[in-house]
Amino acid sequence: MIALSPAEWQALALSLRVALLAVLACLPFALGLGWVLSRKRFVGRMLLESLMFLPLILPPVVTGYALLALFGRHGPLGELLAQFGIVVAFRWTGAVIAAAVMGFPLLVLSVRAAFDGVDRRLEVAAHTLGASAWRSFATITLPLSMRGIAAGCALAFARAFGEFGATISFVSNIPGETRTLPIAIYELLNTPGGMPGVQRLALVALVVGVLASAMATVIAGGSLWRRRDDA
Amino acid sequence: MLELSLRHHLGDLDIDLAFASDARTLALFGHSGAGKTSVLNAIAGLLVPGHGRVVLDGRVLLDSAAGISVPVAQRHLGYVFQDGRLFPHLSVRANLLYGAAQGNAEHTHDFAAIVELLALAPLLERRPNTLSGGERQRVAIGRALMCAPRALLLDEPLTGLHAQARSQVLAHLRALKQELRVFTVLVSHHADEVAMLADEVVELAAGCMVAQMPARDFLRRHGSMRTPAVV
Repeated sequence: MIALSPAEWQALALSLRVALLAVLACLPFALGLGWVLSRKRFVGRMLLESLMFLPLILPPVVTGYALLALFGRHGPLGELLAQFGIVVAFRWTGAVIAAAVMGFPLLVLSVRAAFDGVDRRLEVAAHTLGASAWRSFATITLPLSMRGIAAGCALAFARAFGEFGATISFVSNIPGETRTLPIAIYELLNTPGGMPGVQRLALVALVVGVLASAMATVIAGGSLWRRRDDA
Repeated sequence: MLELSLRHHLGDLDIDLAFASDARTLALFGHSGAGKTSVLNAIAGLLVPGHGRVVLDGRVLLDSAAGISVPVAQRHLGYVFQDGRLFPHLSVRANLLYGAAQGNAEHTHDFAAIVELLALAPLLERRPNTLSGGERQRVAIGRALMCAPRALLLDEPLTGLHAQARSQVLAHLRALKQELRVFTVLVSHHADEVAMLADEVVELAAGCMVAQMPARDFLRRHGSMRTPAVV
């Protein structure tokens, strides 16, 4: 059992909370966009896909800067939220937004692949039985793509848990508020005598990452023990 | 009473036909590629033709000249697909009740009566992937009937079944014809099926109607042949 200091436990708990909430926050949007990309053909579809991939392609620091420009005190969304007394920059809620934005493309890709895998003739059959488009989605498409969606959630969780660049640019490194596990590791790396702490937290990050990845594999219908060609 | 006129270009096929029928069971008979399923799809609303008019018992389902096309889910037609298309994640019971759950109760057939008529009682808790081909088709027929359709549309319901399953499903279809008295459109390229089930036959070739005749004339014309005459 690894003995973590109270500050390290705090960073771990914050990272788990941020990653979980990030996945929950972006799931409805990912379901909507994944369905649109899977089922609809329209002008601007490729542009939409390119925009969706931006957080994967851009340096995370740039994404963090963009979030700060949008949600900062003088950003358009920051000013709007401030009218309702909501501030996200330099707060743990901002870390959730950063993690959600970075995990979003992975989740959309999984959701879209899951929807692509559903036999559309079943949706047609549901329509002939009187089901509306929404009911067909809720009772046929969604349940049949649940494994792919859940696997995508596990992947997005792992990505959000490990998020560093966008988070530190957007919400900085505030102990107890925005110092997530990766940021705590970075802090310890720059602290004399911090190496044992780095090793402890790196091991924790490794365990969480492996667990999330294994969960994604198992949920998606694979097995951890079989060779791929045995399946 | 079904009135239908249709003009539509589909791949290499030009469909151009018109007929009216007040038979209780109407068969669309012809070779593969004659346009039978396209006609059935136009009745169901799964194919929206360039020009067409479909009137069922005085209710206009499609009138391209008047810009009327009733959505698939609101046509209240029971469509039995060649491949069954049972929902794989639902039990047989849930499959049967799927259509019934969409409409109001007064439009729902008696569940127990359908189960008895199609001998489905032993199958109710099973999943579609555990059913034989004949069982799957019986469930598909029951599912279509459960929403008390204004018409039952059968697209080659016996194709792909082995001889014993075929004769069983055929017997059930004959029993249904006697018991439920639902207007039925049967698509088939097997003369014996048509002879056993239909009251009237519309024979198609290359997208056109080549003959419309009562079943007794069809029998005289085709005798014991199992495939349509070469036109």
